[in-house]
Amino acid sequence: MNRNFSDRKYIIIILILTVGFIFTLRLFFIQVLDQSYLLSAESNATRHNTIYPHRGLIYDRNGELLVYDEAAYDLMVIPGQVEEMDTLEFCQLLNISDSTFKARLRKAKNWSTYKPSTFVAQITKEEFGFIEEKLYKYPGFFVQSRSLRKYPQPIAAHLLGYIGEVNNREIEKDAYYRSGDYIGKSGLERFYEKELRGKKGVKIVMVDVHNREQGSYRDGKYDTVAVPGETLYLSLDAGLQAYGEQLMQNKIGSVVAIDPRTGEIVAFITSPTYDPNLLVGRIRSENYSNLSQDSLKPLLNRAIMGTYPPGSTFKMVNALVGLQEGVLHDYTAYSCYGPASTPISCTHDHISPLELQEAIEQSCNPYFWNVFRSIISNPKYPTVVDAFNVWRDDVTSIGFGKKFNTDIPFEQSGNIPTAELYDKIYTADHWNALTIRSLAIGQGEILVTPLQLANLSVVIANKGFYYPPHLVSAIGTPDAKIEAFNERIKTNFDEKYFDVVQQAMLEVFEGEHGTARWAKLEGVDICGKTGTVQNPHGKDHSMFIAFAPKDDPKIALSVIVENSGYGSTWAAPIASLLIEKYLNDTISRPQVEKRILDGNLIPK
Amino acid sequence: MRQKGIAQNIDWITILLYLALVLIGWVNIYAAVYDDQHRSIFDLSQNYGRQLIFIASSILLGAVILIIDAKFFSTFAWVIYLAVLVMLLGVVFLGKEIAGARSWYQIGPFSLQPSEFAKFATALALAKYLSRIDLDISKLSTRITAAVIIFTPSVIILLQPDTGSAMVFAALVLVLFREGLSGSLLILGFVVALLFILALLVNKFILIGFLASNALLVIWLFKELRKKWIWVAGILLVAAAYVFSVDYAFENVLEAHQKTRINVLLGKESDPHGAGYNINQSKIAIGSGGFAGKGFLKGTQTKFKFVPEQSTDFIFCTVGEEWGFVGSTLVIVLMMGLMIRIIILAERQRSKFSRIYGYAVASILFFHFAVNIGMTIGLFPVIGIPLPLISYGGSSLWGFTILLFIFIRQDSVKLELL
Repeated sequence: MNRNFSDRKYIIIILILTVGFIFTLRLFFIQVLDQSYLLSAESNATRHNTIYPHRGLIYDRNGELLVYDEAAYDLMVIPGQVEEMDTLEFCQLLNISDSTFKARLRKAKNWSTYKPSTFVAQITKEEFGFIEEKLYKYPGFFVQSRSLRKYPQPIAAHLLGYIGEVNNREIEKDAYYRSGDYIGKSGLERFYEKELRGKKGVKIVMVDVHNREQGSYRDGKYDTVAVPGETLYLSLDAGLQAYGEQLMQNKIGSVVAIDPRTGEIVAFITSPTYDPNLLVGRIRSENYSNLSQDSLKPLLNRAIMGTYPPGSTFKMVNALVGLQEGVLHDYTAYSCYGPASTPISCTHDHISPLELQEAIEQSCNPYFWNVFRSIISNPKYPTVVDAFNVWRDDVTSIGFGKKFNTDIPFEQSGNIPTAELYDKIYTADHWNALTIRSLAIGQGEILVTPLQLANLSVVIANKGFYYPPHLVSAIGTPDAKIEAFNERIKTNFDEKYFDVVQQAMLEVFEGEHGTARWAKLEGVDICGKTGTVQNPHGKDHSMFIAFAPKDDPKIALSVIVENSGYGSTWAAPIASLLIEKYLNDTISRPQVEKRILDGNLIPK
Repeated sequence: MRQKGIAQNIDWITILLYLALVLIGWVNIYAAVYDDQHRSIFDLSQNYGRQLIFIASSILLGAVILIIDAKFFSTFAWVIYLAVLVMLLGVVFLGKEIAGARSWYQIGPFSLQPSEFAKFATALALAKYLSRIDLDISKLSTRITAAVIIFTPSVIILLQPDTGSAMVFAALVLVLFREGLSGSLLILGFVVALLFILALLVNKFILIGFLASNALLVIWLFKELRKKWIWVAGILLVAAAYVFSVDYAFENVLEAHQKTRINVLLGKESDPHGAGYNINQSKIAIGSGGFAGKGFLKGTQTKFKFVPEQSTDFIFCTVGEEWGFVGSTLVIVLMMGLMIRIIILAERQRSKFSRIYGYAVASILFFHFAVNIGMTIGLFPVIGIPLPLISYGGSSLWGFTILLFIFIRQDSVKLELL
């Protein structure tokens, strides 16, 4: 076995020579023979032009266009290609100062010498024509087409949301975004970002030393087309929304109206509001800072971020808990001693003793103190805490104290106090129904959002269930309904307990002593309940929930007008007008409408 | 004669080839990174400034190796090998994670890639083992031991994971071939590799059908094989099993980006902005160089950063773009010259250790050369390994310098030993 394998060195040397030969041959082909590579040698470089897709359109429930895209242009710069130039003329052309010019160029250079950065963003079509003519003089600068959001009607700003430039955190989170891209920052623009944004395309072009495009690179082999964003079909009724915003002008508060049959939000008003066109394009940052400094906080979406004690509207909830737990019946009667009642006095003048339906209709405080006491002191449960937890579980089953988590960003959960909280405040075993009696009339530690209040109205209208309240009914085509929103959610309450509550709410309009009798609408059975919410910071909040028609509810809503006094004075007529508008599409009571439109309730 | 100084005994041709390649590397790294803002060649914030330090320290390192007693390396081959294995294992746990892999030790401002040093250590160990006087390479136990020496570092490097560096060790099979490993084993290896590619390209069942019809053809053509049909069927069965396991391995062992690169190369997948785009940009950079190149610092494709890993794995793009066909061919000729020179020197060795080590050096250089240039001109999938002596990188340059200079040192004492 001592054969010498030294002749194998030739095989190995031949192997090396063969590979070297193949490489040389290949290099000869691509470097000397193939002219297509030489072609790109003549043009200096290629440039990746991003093709921005149109962002998805947004329609209301009747096919009315709410948001679309309009063409705009970004002036881009590749600092490595910028040459000696007439800066003065260039600055005049763009209407910027010399120092701005230098600062922006430095910033772009710091990011990348060879990759494009945005130099001036969102130039309108008109300005663009002017700039384009002269651009050839300035190598390193080019234009990229973009688009601006446009809103044909100045409504629904908060729920639509706005888009803005991505920040570093958003770029890190999702590799789709590049510096200078836009992303939904709030509202539906934020929640449906993935659907609305579409897919960017890229067109690779060859450019010569003067940065002029020389045509597509490799016949567009590496180009991709932009895919436009998907269309959103909202449940919103633009007409109702616009009318509601009009009624709410010069008032602080919100209106949420829901179709109880589907959970679709048909009006979503917060006031004061702003024109969504203000937060678009180059004027955005200035307007944004103005709006954010406004003392009335127009950027705040009160419908989901404002939290209020529910006041008397919560009496129906306590009534339902009492009925469900068997400690209250239609015929249960309690005495009321008016202002002399303890521990909670009554502000209304009515007969005594009275039964449940009358108590709701008259909003009798002592009655509901008795109801609440019987719930919390229910002998069925060994301790107060147990009874309290049953109450809490019933209340939260309506949607209070938690977020619906559908498609509305930045929703607040409000607050339904827990036994632990009271243990902390009063120490364990040192509290009972009397200690927490404010809850009987919807005051105290309890906080709800207008959206949750509207949902209470839905639950009563539906006699015990609701659908998750949401804004978008379909994506892509009007028929592509979102399945997740179709799930019927049962509350803890049996259907039979709602009859007395509904009847009482009808009497609020129809009854001789009903608190909203003067806001009644001929021909439509509206069920409602006023609330007058004590507020340590000023006048009471006027609150109202309602649904109609009673036997076939098509709309359920909540209205809150901050610091305006009784629920019956402002919130009830606004609710009544909106119901009329939605159901009949006309207004038969111009004098009521005029009073609301003229009302200026913004605290001086 | 024997007592002449080291300067007379070292092979200056190899040293000159080494210096030429290192210099070409630096010039091209400078061109690849160059822009107006950084003109000074000593700018340590730039790759070329740092590479200058790496080159100086490498030359120093080479000089030190030439001074050390030549026997040191064969005597301590196992110690060096084990030490490197420990370093390799250590980096899997202690290494700094870069792009999902732990391949680097971070020591202050310096990073060190131990896999670059595993190459010469493994070459030493293999040479040490194969140079045993009573060794019979036709024995299975010998082959297994040699394979264990070669692939232990490779497997550890796979854990980092750094597939490119791990594959380099396969080149050492060439050394075994030179030392008498049956050629049919190499052919078998080639067939296995070919089947691998076909298994990824062609539908499994069509491929197996094709193999089966080939087997039938073979039996029909060579009558003497008919009696041994059971062997043919067995081989066919093994081949079929292999095809299926390749498919499994491809889906489960390789990482997504590696799969994509192979698919793009095979033309199965078009990923114009990922792997395909890189290869294409690299080809354009080289192709646009033309016959004589665009000239020093005149390259645009590479300058505008269209080509990834500009100064490391894709340094050949700059060579191709700025120096054209002439420059690229020169680099290829110099690299081939270095490898063939090493083989010629290796054959002149009287010591078996030195010869085997020499072949190991040539094989490792060859693998890097073939894979790296092959990938930049689109003949090979993108596997991240550097072009020896030319690519930017301290660990890589030091690793190759040690690898080469140990051999030069061995060669310088070829007359002394016996």
